[in-house]
Amino acid sequence: MNRLIKFVVLDMIKNRTILGYTLLLAIFSWSVFGLEDNATKGVLTLLNIMLLIVPLVSIIFSTIYIYNSSEFIDLMVSQPVKRSKIWTSLFIGLSISQILAFVVGVGIPLLLFAPINIALSMISVGCIVSIIFIAIAFLACAITHDKSKGIGVSIMLWLYFALLFDGLVLFLLFQFADYPIEHIMIGITMLSPIDMARILILLQLNVSALLGHTGAIFTDFFGTIIGTFISTFVLCLWAIIPFYLSLRMFNKKDL
Amino acid sequence: MIAIQNISKKFGKLTVLDGSSAQFNKGECIALIGPNGCGKTTLIKSILGMVVPNTGNILFNDVSIKNEFLYRNNIGYMPQIGRYPENMSIGQVIDMIKNIRNYNSQLDEELLDLYKIKDLLNKKMRTLSGGTTQKISATIAFLFNPDVLILDEPTAGLDPLAAEILKEKIIKEKQKGKLIIITSHLLSELDELVTQVVFMQDGKIKFHKNTEELKNDTQMPTIAKAITHILKATAHE
Repeated sequence: MNRLIKFVVLDMIKNRTILGYTLLLAIFSWSVFGLEDNATKGVLTLLNIMLLIVPLVSIIFSTIYIYNSSEFIDLMVSQPVKRSKIWTSLFIGLSISQILAFVVGVGIPLLLFAPINIALSMISVGCIVSIIFIAIAFLACAITHDKSKGIGVSIMLWLYFALLFDGLVLFLLFQFADYPIEHIMIGITMLSPIDMARILILLQLNVSALLGHTGAIFTDFFGTIIGTFISTFVLCLWAIIPFYLSLRMFNKKDL
Repeated sequence: MIAIQNISKKFGKLTVLDGSSAQFNKGECIALIGPNGCGKTTLIKSILGMVVPNTGNILFNDVSIKNEFLYRNNIGYMPQIGRYPENMSIGQVIDMIKNIRNYNSQLDEELLDLYKIKDLLNKKMRTLSGGTTQKISATIAFLFNPDVLILDEPTAGLDPLAAEILKEKIIKEKQKGKLIIITSHLLSELDELVTQVVFMQDGKIKFHKNTEELKNDTQMPTIAKAITHILKATAHE
């Protein structure tokens, strides 16, 4: 296992895309904190950028990387290596390198400019979001055989989670405004890892005005401490379940 | 050594393997023959666990290979079209496989020397010609002294000299008592090599015979002629 993970990580470090991604994140974060005097405002701006870019890069880059590793996967499957080991090593290798890019790009300026507790929770949320979207990319790759189809599915999934989901929630709210659907909305919010991540950070920042409708209901219902706990738990599920499903599919896949 | 029990495989609606059974033993050299698309490669890939059959069982040394992987330590596989990570060099690929196999005994580097691969170690996989890629595949298949060699169209794309080297090597390994499974369309090459012939058609194993038996039945002097005779007969049906 370790040998395979090492191989994937080394291969990623040589990859220029991941360097470019680190640089992009660094430029964003340094300029955000350079422009804003208020650290909380800076964190909020950064949060919004982060929740848009990190999922996009994680999902697209991982999808392309997995498809480009098809030769590697083919070769390994005919060797005495367990299938689940190959898939898991790819996942862990990709996660390590994406997290490294995120910590170097966003983590350093955060630690310098933001209060330490907020910086740390931002970093951990960023890492979880990266892992979640890598896991979703693995699922997209396990479902589709064709490279272009797989990338298409990944882009659609990102669009859905980053943009469409909010629209759907608003639509539901307006349509059913006359009914008591608050508690149902809490359940629905859990269907979007990006919303969960946002709520988790905003709970730490104590800026309830920015939580939005679902966030406000969420905080009201659970309170800050349990809310933090539950949103972290749901985020972990979002990373584990798609990867587990993809692993089961990969174990049965014909190569 | 390898027992195939009634395996079937469908890709979508297409039935590729249709209830095939066979038994391959130590010391045999088996030619897997049949028209294009008759399921030869799928059968081989099922033995390797790259394709998972819908029904049926494959036993390796009396143990089912389902969800197993260690049995592949005993198999050297040369694919029909070798696919390797493009941005790796030959040396890196070989090192990686050595690393993963974690093989402690003496490596069999005969082909590595005969094909002069040591001079090419720094070349990237994407720059290689089809023939050179085949040489790499062959080298890797023989490198770890496996008990079973599975060679899918081994000589396709090799120049005559390289093909001859490979043939010599196969004969040498056969004499060591290994099980060798070959698919090939170049029937004339098989004469010196094989002891048994498995003929496949439409995903079924039509027959599994000794070469002597096959020659007697068809009254032909060589395997090549016997097989062409059978192919012509089935084409007329």
